[in-house]
Amino acid sequence: MNDPRWGLMAEYETAEALVAAAQAAHDAGFRAIEAYAPYHVEGLAEAVGFPRSRLPALVLACAVAGGVGGYFLQWFAAVHSYPIEVGARPLDSWPMFVPVAFETTILAGALAAFFGALLANGLPRLAHPIFDAPDFDLATRNRFFLCLRTDDPRFDDARAGALLDATRPLRRAEVAR
Amino acid sequence: MADLPVSRESGVLRAGWGYASVTDKIAGLVLARPVRWPWLAAFLATLAGTVVYLGAITWLFIEGVGLWGIRIPVAWGFAIANFVWWIGIGHAGTFISAVLLLLRQRWRTSINRFAEAMTLFAAGMAGLFPILHLGRPWFAYWLAPYPDHMNLWPQWRSPLVWDVFAIATYLVVSALFWYQGMLPDLATLRDRAGSRGKRVAYGLLALGWRGEARHWARHETAYLLMAGLATPLVVSVHSVVAMDFAIGNTPGYHSTIFPPYFVAGALFSGFAMVLTLAIPLRKAFQLEDFITEVHLDHAAKVLLATGWLLVYGYLVENFMALFSGDRYEIAMAVDRWTGFYAPVYWTMLACNVLAPQVLWWRAARRSPWLLFALSIVVNLGMWMERLTIVVQSTSHDFMPSAWGRFVPTGWDWIFLAGSISMFAWLFLLFIRLLPAISISEMRELVKEESAAEVAP
Repeated sequence: MNDPRWGLMAEYETAEALVAAAQAAHDAGFRAIEAYAPYHVEGLAEAVGFPRSRLPALVLACAVAGGVGGYFLQWFAAVHSYPIEVGARPLDSWPMFVPVAFETTILAGALAAFFGALLANGLPRLAHPIFDAPDFDLATRNRFFLCLRTDDPRFDDARAGALLDATRPLRRAEVAR
Repeated sequence: MADLPVSRESGVLRAGWGYASVTDKIAGLVLARPVRWPWLAAFLATLAGTVVYLGAITWLFIEGVGLWGIRIPVAWGFAIANFVWWIGIGHAGTFISAVLLLLRQRWRTSINRFAEAMTLFAAGMAGLFPILHLGRPWFAYWLAPYPDHMNLWPQWRSPLVWDVFAIATYLVVSALFWYQGMLPDLATLRDRAGSRGKRVAYGLLALGWRGEARHWARHETAYLLMAGLATPLVVSVHSVVAMDFAIGNTPGYHSTIFPPYFVAGALFSGFAMVLTLAIPLRKAFQLEDFITEVHLDHAAKVLLATGWLLVYGYLVENFMALFSGDRYEIAMAVDRWTGFYAPVYWTMLACNVLAPQVLWWRAARRSPWLLFALSIVVNLGMWMERLTIVVQSTSHDFMPSAWGRFVPTGWDWIFLAGSISMFAWLFLLFIRLLPAISISEMRELVKEESAAEVAP
């Protein structure tokens, strides 16, 4: 496990080649697979074995909490903390509390989506071994990369190398830790 | 090399673009393009306008709102008309980004980024005016609900408080949506930047984005969810602004058509502003391959459609005033047609109803300079609509003894011009410092257009 390398990396020119290579690596039993693409490639996350994101559930929960919290805030203020009776009109005048509760629902949901995705992705993380890999500055331009990490319990030098070579990459490199 | 994706000729993207070339083109606008005199002249002029605006704000804080022409019964004046106008303009960006994303409209790809920037800046300009108009702006924080030693709360039953929540939510959500979409592009700028200073600056903003498959999957999920949340938000914001008026019982305000009528007007003015910005932008930055005539054509069609929704609003507004049999409503409507502010009303109708009808012709929808001129006319017309509603209604309410006129002072004009200047200044900064078109989505578009059948 004390491999001085972060992983083995292969570089491709097309999204199809990357998806196929990621799929092949996953089929061969590798689990610590990272695939880098300059845009959102359909099917790539599935190919590297990414289960369904739980982000929608988090966003729903936060949005509901935001709505309930927003309503509670108004109800508490208008009914308990500072009730104003005007001609026996109801204190809990719920139709008038809908707009603010709606806005707090949206606000909480959007904050959850933004920060949830960021934290789940482990960002911000300014330093990462992959940034030092050759050609990796092209990962945000026009190249596609597959990295088999050495901390995979099933990682095997010869097998990983052979697998990547079989996918006919543009170039193969080692990523230093 | 022959199997690399290259875009074919299609309406939304011209032929011959690949991943690398779209990246280099858009990133180059920020990183490589030298500063030229037209941009510099516009930048300095709007910077001067911004400085004047900030000075005017300072003077307003010292002197008070008596600088403006507002006097009872017209207490709202230009400040609130400007506020409604700006927030309306701020609607098109989120509409383009969120609604057209959910509808899978490919023509949104190359215009969403700068439209979102426009939204953010316009909403910022809008948010400033109610605060400037407060009279005692240093108490603006009283609008926020917090347990204070005065034991007071905001009046939850007031649309003005709803407005605070709506605008604040809108600003936060559109900023997050904009930034989320920009993360991959900031990483592109980081990786393409020549100097260390730029690399560090864009690197910090990109938060270490590296484009891993799982990151993209979560990014896409979050982006779609935010679009889904932003869609009802767009509708709610201008509806709440409309209720600022509609819930008051002033003739000319008290109308149930207001929320949908305001939302239609918001999209109308917002798309006009998108055209006002897009046409010089594509010309100056040679983006005709990305922002094609098809984009202009689609935006023009939206302009025409929302224009007709607005016509419906104008008709119903007048019809309801007459049909109600309420003498105050009728008097207000007649005053609108024939009174002191009638020239504003009729000019507004000419700008918003007559002028856009030219868009029935395909040639007009595809003529950039005609569209640019029309978009200015529509912006002007929409400002007059806001002014008519805000000023004319209150100037002519119930009792003749309570009638009064609002005449703008020089300061009113300085605040309007200043906010336009600052908006333009922010936009000019944006197009030089950040990618004006979403690079990662353009790469995706290249992929789709290279695979797709050639569209007519």
